Amino acid sequence: MLRATLKSLLARKLRLVLSGLAVVLGVMFVAGAFVTTDTLGRTFDKLFAEGYSQVDVAVTAKPKVAVSEMEGEQILTPLPASLVDQVAAVPGVAKATGVISDDGARVIGSDGKVVTSYGPPRIGMNWVGTDDLMQMRSGRGPEKDNEIAVNEAVAKAAGIKVGDQVGVLTQLPKQTFTLVGVWGYTNDRDSIGGVQEVAFTTPQAQRSMLGKTGVFTQIYADSADGRTSEAVRDQIAARLGSDYEVKTGQQLADESSAEFKDALGFFNNILLGFAGVALFVGTFLILNTFSIIVAQRTRELALMRALGAGRRQVIGSVLVEAFVIGLVAAVLGLGAGVGVGALLVTLFGSMSGGLDPATVGVPMAAILSSLIVGVVVTVVAAVLPAVRASRISPIAAMQDVATPDRPLTKVTVTGAVIGAAGAALLGVGLYGNDSLWLILGGVLVTFIGVALLTPLISKPVVGALGRLFSWSVPGRLGRLNSGRNPRRTAITAAALMVGIALVTGVTVVIGSVKQSIATTAETTVKAEIVIGGDQNGPRPPVFDEAVLARAAAIPGVRAVGGVWNEQVLLDGERDYVTATDNLAKLADAFGSPPLPALKSDQMAVSTEVAAERGWAVGTVVKAQMPRGEEHRYTVVATYDEERVPGAIMLPKAATKEFGLTQPIVGFVRLADGATVSQVLPQVKALVADSPEVNATDRSSFVDQQLSTFDTVILMVQVLLGLAILIAVLGVINTLALSVLERTRELGLLRAVGLGRAQTMRMVTVEAVVISVFGALLGVVVGSGLGAAVVQALEGEGITELVFPWSQMAVYLGLAALVGVLAAVLPSIKAARLNVLAAIAHD
Amino acid sequence: MIGTKAARADDVWKVYGKEEARVVALRGVSASFERGKFTAIMGPSGSGKSTLMHCLAGLDTVTRGTVHIGGTEVTGLNDKALTKLRRDRVGFIFQQFNLLPTLTAAENIRLPLDIAGKKPDPQWWDTVIGTVGLGDRLNHRPSQLSGGQQQRVACARALMSRPDVIFADEPTGNLDSKAGAEILAFLRSSVLEHGQTIVMVTHDPVAASYTDRVVFLADGEIVAELENPTPESVLEQMKAGEVLV
Repeated sequence: MLRATLKSLLARKLRLVLSGLAVVLGVMFVAGAFVTTDTLGRTFDKLFAEGYSQVDVAVTAKPKVAVSEMEGEQILTPLPASLVDQVAAVPGVAKATGVISDDGARVIGSDGKVVTSYGPPRIGMNWVGTDDLMQMRSGRGPEKDNEIAVNEAVAKAAGIKVGDQVGVLTQLPKQTFTLVGVWGYTNDRDSIGGVQEVAFTTPQAQRSMLGKTGVFTQIYADSADGRTSEAVRDQIAARLGSDYEVKTGQQLADESSAEFKDALGFFNNILLGFAGVALFVGTFLILNTFSIIVAQRTRELALMRALGAGRRQVIGSVLVEAFVIGLVAAVLGLGAGVGVGALLVTLFGSMSGGLDPATVGVPMAAILSSLIVGVVVTVVAAVLPAVRASRISPIAAMQDVATPDRPLTKVTVTGAVIGAAGAALLGVGLYGNDSLWLILGGVLVTFIGVALLTPLISKPVVGALGRLFSWSVPGRLGRLNSGRNPRRTAITAAALMVGIALVTGVTVVIGSVKQSIATTAETTVKAEIVIGGDQNGPRPPVFDEAVLARAAAIPGVRAVGGVWNEQVLLDGERDYVTATDNLAKLADAFGSPPLPALKSDQMAVSTEVAAERGWAVGTVVKAQMPRGEEHRYTVVATYDEERVPGAIMLPKAATKEFGLTQPIVGFVRLADGATVSQVLPQVKALVADSPEVNATDRSSFVDQQLSTFDTVILMVQVLLGLAILIAVLGVINTLALSVLERTRELGLLRAVGLGRAQTMRMVTVEAVVISVFGALLGVVVGSGLGAAVVQALEGEGITELVFPWSQMAVYLGLAALVGVLAAVLPSIKAARLNVLAAIAHD
Repeated sequence: MIGTKAARADDVWKVYGKEEARVVALRGVSASFERGKFTAIMGPSGSGKSTLMHCLAGLDTVTRGTVHIGGTEVTGLNDKALTKLRRDRVGFIFQQFNLLPTLTAAENIRLPLDIAGKKPDPQWWDTVIGTVGLGDRLNHRPSQLSGGQQQRVACARALMSRPDVIFADEPTGNLDSKAGAEILAFLRSSVLEHGQTIVMVTHDPVAASYTDRVVFLADGEIVAELENPTPESVLEQMKAGEVLV
């Protein structure tokens, strides 16, 4: 039995290659994910180990407002300068150095643009001399507050040299410094891992990076001869108490590396998401292929049954075939995955500028998961066809094999039940407990349900679609052919549906969110001009506070309000807060009902927050600021949400304690009679020297703020591309089979005068009808899913439902194109058939 | 005069394979088929009768020699021209009825015209449909028709475009004798009443007796001809042939 199975495997190479390819692609992403994560992980282990190799013991303050990587940027709580002496006095400490080192120093290059970074931080630091790794390449370290030194990576990227005047953006708006030195690292490196570094004098670093003098972010302690880092660490920790974290360089390297690997996990999940979609769609393809194989082998299988093979043996024979294909595909996928991993790592290395990737390794997890995923998916997909094969009666061997049209009742009822279950799961996920897994599961189950319902709807829909092409005889024949085997058409189309439904659904949700936000902004915000920046790094760009006053002085300006943002612990609970220079003016600029200007110990909150937190006018709220201080604010006013840009408003005085001490957005409202075209150029002129900050009219500001959503859509569309690729394989597969099955018919058609071009057109129409049918299903299902999510978000202020009509049209057009492309090979094969041989074919 | 011949083969050779594997299917066959005549090609299996028909119909290429259909030389035509020839001037009837399962009987009948982008002549349509005698089954699909009915649809399809010549390859091979007789009578009447030219390959002496003339092939060569055959005379000739071999 085994030998017969393997022989029949080899006899159908092309089909198996096509269906196996889907598994190869899926497994490729699984393996690629593991290889990339593993290699990058080791790269960063090495990187951090070297980066901290010069540190014996480091002291930092425990963060006052803990913010995780996904929630925003952690604001370092500063250490007072007096602590440096305290650490230096600890026995075993040879030397203690106060260090400032924080992300967010952006150098303006010689072309006037901010030097970008794709990943590695842009560190602003104080100059404490060179260590064993650093090598001065030219000049010296900064000695005056208007001097800086940079590492070679910055100097090269910015195109600057010693002696140049260089603009730097930090927590402060643009300041200009003289570049006095450039340093590099051992082994002729420009940086360690692509990190960009700018060194100031200590007081300037304090002002630029921390917003105030007399504080440090870290204290590095060198252990005296004969003392281990660990011993010194314990000594310092005992002396300083529990408000501080004291760690060895080794610990810091390990922790940073672990933290980084967490972030890599996210990347890993994206790749695994790709793999999931590929394998899900691939399952349809494999299922279809095996169904067809079983149908074609009916006579052969029946003969085996007649010769005494048991039902189990028949099931086994099909499953062994699936196992072999799965295994081969998994091995190929693993190989391709290692390639993809190596490519991604190289790409990552060159993008980040100067990262030196570790050698690509293949972790056990990659091998195991690839093999398991590949084999399990293939075998599971083959179970149904295998069971069907086992039901073939031995008598079928003697009869003429015609695949009878099995009734669709059973599959339709099953589809309806599964579809309903999916919808229910989705409903619970959306309205019940907001569980992402329930929602994803619901979507998945819904897809399966719809796929099962597809054969039923394929007849009328495919018929209707086909009418578009019925103007010619080949078109009509193609249409009739596409309706011939509803199950096969359905499952081929369903594979295409999945990808398109996903992307349509996401587009509906994001489009609706965007539109809702834009509408709210347009209807509630009266300010015609907005000053703000393009965020390009971990923190938003800021502008000089003085710009607000200058803008207010421009003729034709009615009111100007500036906005600062931060996360603060209020009564022990973390919250996003907004501060403004003058709440009364901000309210006016926004066009909301009047609000009082806040005194330095007053705050205002929205009625919703007040209700939620049990605050009222007169409540005193304790605020723990991120830089360490504590304040008390009395609630003096409440207001409707969405009338000012924030649910909790603090006075300007609070911004001294913020991570960013300068405003990030300014709202400018014009007086009656003044026009945007008049005032905008004057406001623009005020921020002309900050390359990251701009003044725009309101609608462009909203567009700019919402542009991140477009990136998400783009990413999802890439996913769609992959799903389409696999679906194309499915369409090719189905068509190749149709051509094969209908060889005699094709011969006849050619004999009665169908030309080659007409034959090709006939096959192409069939492909296009199937593809467009799949895309149509996808657009409809995706719209439904998207609308359901938007409906569930209504409470969150997402009140508008936007369907991306033009994108949907593009998807349908794309599907038609996919059909045409998928038909190329099968149609050529059909056209090239030898008429005589085709007629004689049986 | 070329016009009087519907199809003609001149010194046609057909050789398959090369060197040792060489098989000569036709050795210098010359034959012509007059307009408005029903001709049978007979011979034992392997005699080259099907090959001759395929070469005449432009379905297969010849190794040497020429083939004409009407006034057109078929040999040397490219695929496009051959397609047009098949479409306009040649009709086919196969042993296995070869109807498109997705089309109704009526649609199958008009398929060649549809492919050519022509409308059927209503009078001729009625005539053919009337003779075929399908009546109310015209809107049935092939799977709902009996073998005899399917073959009648195939005959009607071949007749509908009024080709120069219809080639029929064992048209009764898959039918019981009653249905077979019906088809043969039908073919005979289309020759007599409408002047259709038909060339039929068969090995059945009874089928051959419906024709005007029988051409006997053996080993790729024409060995005998018989005008106005009867089953007996055909059988006799076949026996004589065997003795010769």
